Amino acid sequence: MTTTVERPTNGSAPVPNAPGINPGVDAIISIRNLRKWYQVGGGFLGFGKKIYLKAVDDVSFDIERGKTFGLVGESGCGKTTTLKLLLGLEVPTAGQIFYEGEDVSTMSKAGKTEFRRSVQAVFQDPWSSLNPRMRVRAIVGEPLEIATTMTKKEITGRVSDLLNEVGLNPYQANLYPHEFSGGQRQRIGIARALALNPKVIALDEPVSALDVSIRAQIMNLLVDLQDEHGLAYLLVAHNLATVRYMCHDMAVMYLGVVQESGETEAIFNNPMHIYTNALVSAALPSHPDIHREEFLLPGEVVSPIDPPPGDVFMTRTPLEVDPNHKWANERPPLVEKEPGHWVVETPWSMAADAGLRVELSGHAGV
Amino acid sequence: MTESTDTAVDEKETSLSDAVKVDTDGFGESAISEEVVLEVSDLQTHFTTRWGTVKAVDGVSYHVKRGETLGIVGESGSGKSVTALSLMRLVPSPPGHIVGGSVILNGRNLLDLSEGEMTQVRGGEISIILQDPMQALNPVFNIQNQVGEAIRIHQHLKGSVLWDKIVDSLRKVRIPAPEVRAKDYPHQLSGGMRQRVVGAIGISSAPSVIIADEPTTSLDVTIQAAYLRLLRQIQQEEGVAIVFITHDFGIVAKMCDRVAVMYAGRIVELADVRTIFNEPKHEYTKALIGSVPKLEEKTGRLPQIEGQPPLLYNLPPGDAFAPRSTLEFDPEDALRRPPLVEVEKDHWVQLSRSSVAEYDKYAHLMPAE
Repeated sequence: MTTTVERPTNGSAPVPNAPGINPGVDAIISIRNLRKWYQVGGGFLGFGKKIYLKAVDDVSFDIERGKTFGLVGESGCGKTTTLKLLLGLEVPTAGQIFYEGEDVSTMSKAGKTEFRRSVQAVFQDPWSSLNPRMRVRAIVGEPLEIATTMTKKEITGRVSDLLNEVGLNPYQANLYPHEFSGGQRQRIGIARALALNPKVIALDEPVSALDVSIRAQIMNLLVDLQDEHGLAYLLVAHNLATVRYMCHDMAVMYLGVVQESGETEAIFNNPMHIYTNALVSAALPSHPDIHREEFLLPGEVVSPIDPPPGDVFMTRTPLEVDPNHKWANERPPLVEKEPGHWVVETPWSMAADAGLRVELSGHAGV
Repeated sequence: MTESTDTAVDEKETSLSDAVKVDTDGFGESAISEEVVLEVSDLQTHFTTRWGTVKAVDGVSYHVKRGETLGIVGESGSGKSVTALSLMRLVPSPPGHIVGGSVILNGRNLLDLSEGEMTQVRGGEISIILQDPMQALNPVFNIQNQVGEAIRIHQHLKGSVLWDKIVDSLRKVRIPAPEVRAKDYPHQLSGGMRQRVVGAIGISSAPSVIIADEPTTSLDVTIQAAYLRLLRQIQQEEGVAIVFITHDFGIVAKMCDRVAVMYAGRIVELADVRTIFNEPKHEYTKALIGSVPKLEEKTGRLPQIEGQPPLLYNLPPGDAFAPRSTLEFDPEDALRRPPLVEVEKDHWVQLSRSSVAEYDKYAHLMPAE
């Protein structure tokens, strides 16, 4: 399939289309054919076959303005690498990231600055993502100091407003991170992310390190902030229930490749790919009377180093794989099976062909 | 379920099932007998810190029957893990001390045993599976060595008998090609396989009780599902009692027969798992279950618990949850330690006006002061 699109020389080229993309979406971020390959071996002195770890391999999706896009998958599926690529913490091997329809890689310096301010992040672990030697005022105010011309006094005022907004007291600006609990630290992280009035926030497992009773607080805070500021979120998570609660659209990744994508409710109501079904069936029930029929895929997640040239899922499918089939030797594309609901369709990837169908509930009274 | 006996090294490890198996076995009713194997009464473990005494476990009582899974749910700092360490007498001392109570395992009080006797009990009659398998396994010894150590100490086997027993233990936790895997080192195994090795060490000496302290937190969902099912199968085969420590109500729903909910070092509610989900009485239990998003349906805004868990040093004797409860605060609850009362058959609730909505209904059950 066509993968890399020629980079336009000016920033005004239209955002290309790609499988998995629904037309007419008011996208604030468009990821197109994004790749991140790490060379892990071979190619000694320029000779021999180079071996790559394909962390992200040809991923495309849109993040709609004011909505949440969820990326799910097991560890090693490339969801966090995708998030890092969006944040500019990694440089893509190929592919493009468009912000407001403009290719980030060809933006002017001012445009890039604007992009960096508009895309912020909240990380998983509030213990390691805040500098223990800085007071909260400095942590939250740092982006303002660097990226704005605000005076010290203005910054203090803004920090107070931000702390209020995330449910902390302005007097706590004088404290150090260790004086806060996990949930409060995550609030500090959110306040810092909000400082520059971003339009997009990348959330990397924002609640998984928190206590159960605190998770709902943080999720609700994120939802409220989204409504208030029209923020778009990229949520990376492995907990499917969190994704269903927070996300409008989602993509399921396996070995660096999107296997199924679409509206969250469409996917949960009708998961089509075997892998999606396996993930859903393995998720924990919310009531002891829910006995989901669970099935386990054969084998374990294979290494993303030197993956097969064809469908990455073919080593895990319970169905027969014909080694001479086209999709055993060539990467199969996402196909729109229902309006807006895309899935990688091969003779061995569809749950319906395997006679599998996860019934999420099927019991009385939650 | 295939018992993997062929020794061929299959690069693509076969997992629990060789093909997709729509399979709910192992998750039916567990075979609980009436025989109580572990009885913990009024256990108190305190830590002396420079800020004051932390009552990490403050009078916890429960029992577990043969073949039963008791879930202990709570947030970090609720004392659930310290309870487990106290049972194993592994609380670091100083600063920790078990200051009271008893732990009766098969008729013996573990707190009265000498350190030498305790070494025989640990890993023999009672074993523990910890959260992080990479920390539980020693990176410089191979699997054979580490599984064999437990068997050598508790069953005094050696030579080929020991080897057979090692392979047998690994087979019980469904490690494919156990004869080959036994020679591997921990770093050569995946996370799920490592946790199975820890499980193999745990069951190798046929314990009466396994304490599972969040054993699947570091695993991916699909690996977690396989591991939970394995635990349940081992339980049915061996009749072992499991004390499952977790913060995840999904695991409770899937695994546990009875549940104890802990808050600030005390049990606030203890009942059958269905009772806990269908008719929780304590506001903390209600709020915890309500605040978890559901996979099964798109939920509206989640109800959230306000406030933070309390700091544990120098905690007043009263109802620790009262400040976070949505019910009206009764000043008396700040001073009086709320008792754990059996409000219905086998349904115990820590009764206080601030934290139990139906307090008046059960007020007559309150012990006289």
